[in-house]
Amino acid sequence: MRILLVDDEVELVSAMAERLNMRGVNADYVTCGKSAVEKAQECHYDVMVVDLRMPGMDGIEVMKLVKEISPDTGFVFLTGYGSEEQKTASEAAGANCYLMKPVKISLLMEKIDAAAQAACTLSE
Amino acid sequence: MPFNLRITPKFWRQFEIDPAHGSFINYRRMWWQCVIVMTSVCLFPLIITTVINAYQYQEVLKSENIAPADRLVSNTARTISFFLEERRSALDFVVRERTLEELSDGRELTRLLYRLKQVFGGFIDIGLINSRGIQVSYAGPLDLQGKNYSRQSWFHEVMIRGVHISDVFMGFRGYPHFVIAIKHDTEDGDYYIVRATIDTQVFNDLARPLNIGPGSDTFMVNGEGVLQTPSRFYGSVLQRAEWTTNMESFHTTVRELDDPEGRAIIMGSRQIDDSPFMFVYVHQTQGLLAGWLALRGKLIGFFVISTLVVIVVILGVCTYLVSAVYEADRRREAVLHKVEYTNKLASLGRLAAGVAHEINNPLAIINEKAGLLEDLIHLTPDFPKKEKAHEIVQSILGSVDRCSTITHRLLGFARHIDVNFETIYLDNLVKNVLGFLEKESHYREIEVKLEVEENLPAIESDRGQLQQVFLNILNNAFAAVEDGGKIEIHINSVGGDQVAVRIEDNGCGMPPEHMKLIFEPFFSTKGRKGTGLGLSITYGIIKKLKGSIEVDSQEGIGTTFVVTLPVKRPA
Repeated sequence: MRILLVDDEVELVSAMAERLNMRGVNADYVTCGKSAVEKAQECHYDVMVVDLRMPGMDGIEVMKLVKEISPDTGFVFLTGYGSEEQKTASEAAGANCYLMKPVKISLLMEKIDAAAQAACTLSE
Repeated sequence: MPFNLRITPKFWRQFEIDPAHGSFINYRRMWWQCVIVMTSVCLFPLIITTVINAYQYQEVLKSENIAPADRLVSNTARTISFFLEERRSALDFVVRERTLEELSDGRELTRLLYRLKQVFGGFIDIGLINSRGIQVSYAGPLDLQGKNYSRQSWFHEVMIRGVHISDVFMGFRGYPHFVIAIKHDTEDGDYYIVRATIDTQVFNDLARPLNIGPGSDTFMVNGEGVLQTPSRFYGSVLQRAEWTTNMESFHTTVRELDDPEGRAIIMGSRQIDDSPFMFVYVHQTQGLLAGWLALRGKLIGFFVISTLVVIVVILGVCTYLVSAVYEADRRREAVLHKVEYTNKLASLGRLAAGVAHEINNPLAIINEKAGLLEDLIHLTPDFPKKEKAHEIVQSILGSVDRCSTITHRLLGFARHIDVNFETIYLDNLVKNVLGFLEKESHYREIEVKLEVEENLPAIESDRGQLQQVFLNILNNAFAAVEDGGKIEIHINSVGGDQVAVRIEDNGCGMPPEHMKLIFEPFFSTKGRKGTGLGLSITYGIIKKLKGSIEVDSQEGIGTTFVVTLPVKRPA
């Protein structure tokens, strides 16, 4: 399984990617929405873990653009600022999951698996 | 509640209800000002009218009695005066028309007396007295011929003045009478006197007019105050009544005074021209006074009743108006404070959310880095001091977990300002709120017990608002209990469509008069420490969520709040 982590906090995504790699997940990371879209054009990701609030392009915009390129990519959103509106908006846009930072690695893995599964089911 | 508290308007206890947030307006003073101004405006004309009316009634009553007295005295005095004048003129005529010889003749004199009696009436006898004072001839019932009058004062008066009318006296006859004597000068320089006695019965009849009432009296007195005719109240003929002579006047005078018996009277009097007599009319004013007193009683009664009615109406109107102003001011103030509070809460919410967000990112980094370290420790078989390192990382991750719980709670609390219905499990919500107070209960050793009924239904309500409600109530409970106190929370369903949360503490409790006021805005027993808004906002929220709140408290035993909420979202 190949996933891409997108967050403007490089320290966070690098550590997270490393930990996922240790758990057998092929995880790349980028620090802005634009790079994420470019990465999506380069190769196919099963799941993207995206921060909702980033400078430039926000998480939902990234998802919209990536879905145009790769509709079967699953999305897990991460945020430090949880609100009902955001959750509703992200789910309406097609996100598979919405998590609040900080998140336990086991929970993240579980949600990534679920998102990948859901995306698979959708593409079939 | 005591009766006096029930009837006292709220604004009267303004400083009791709201000691910390005293309004700039002193409603008691406003009420007093209203009452004083309105009472003055209403009662001043009433007092003036009553006084003027009383005075005018009194004057009218007086003049109604004085005018008839004046008329009666004048008319009767004129009649008496005419009576005396008539008899004097008759004698004058006799003296001028008859010669001395004719008058000296006893038979002729008797005939003359007979004529006078027939024509004028009132004559008893008639006599001729010569200049030496000897009665030369006499016609009448007694034998007075040859009687010498030269030493009597009246004889000298006639010699000087030419005419004399005597007081009433007994004389030789032994019954009251008076005399009229007229002097006639002869051509040879001598003179003689004709003297006639007048019957006082006629006089009495004249002095007692027919139209006087039972409280009235008429009589004649002479210059010394001796009664010349009998009086109804003051004695018979020739008794003394000096008090009547202190107002001798040739004009009719009427005045009010007290008689010797102390009775209030109106007395009218007039001197009879060319005579020693004065006619007196007395009217006792007791009846008059009784009428006046009755009228005055009625006036006073009317005044007192109207004053009472006016005062009651004024008190009612002033209390109603000031209460209305007070309530309107309080509502306005409460709305302003609520807006301020909501704004404050919203700012606080935004601040909390911002802080939580800013902390969550570095917290996430710490979490990942520590996680990574733990992975490395785990995956590296010969990691130095592996156990110790693992312990440290676990400690870091534990702290991250605690921090994230706090930030998540802050975000959750700050989020809900408007009503936003969602499915809520009240036990979780109360646990969440208790989380805020966990440290305090721990430090103060307060025992907090939560009992939840099994299969408690979830309710549809607003999470943030309910958090505020329970935080307020629990904060109050924490403030009420002593260190080591006890707070019990029971949550159970009521009739399937409601859920009740019962929060019971064993704190200081409150007196009954406070129980009615605790949901009032600005009522606080915490002095400057409390806003007095907590429970009023709580009450407002519960009303908005269509629930209800009840309080029961006993001083020194504790307080119980019961919040009941509908299971279904209200329509």
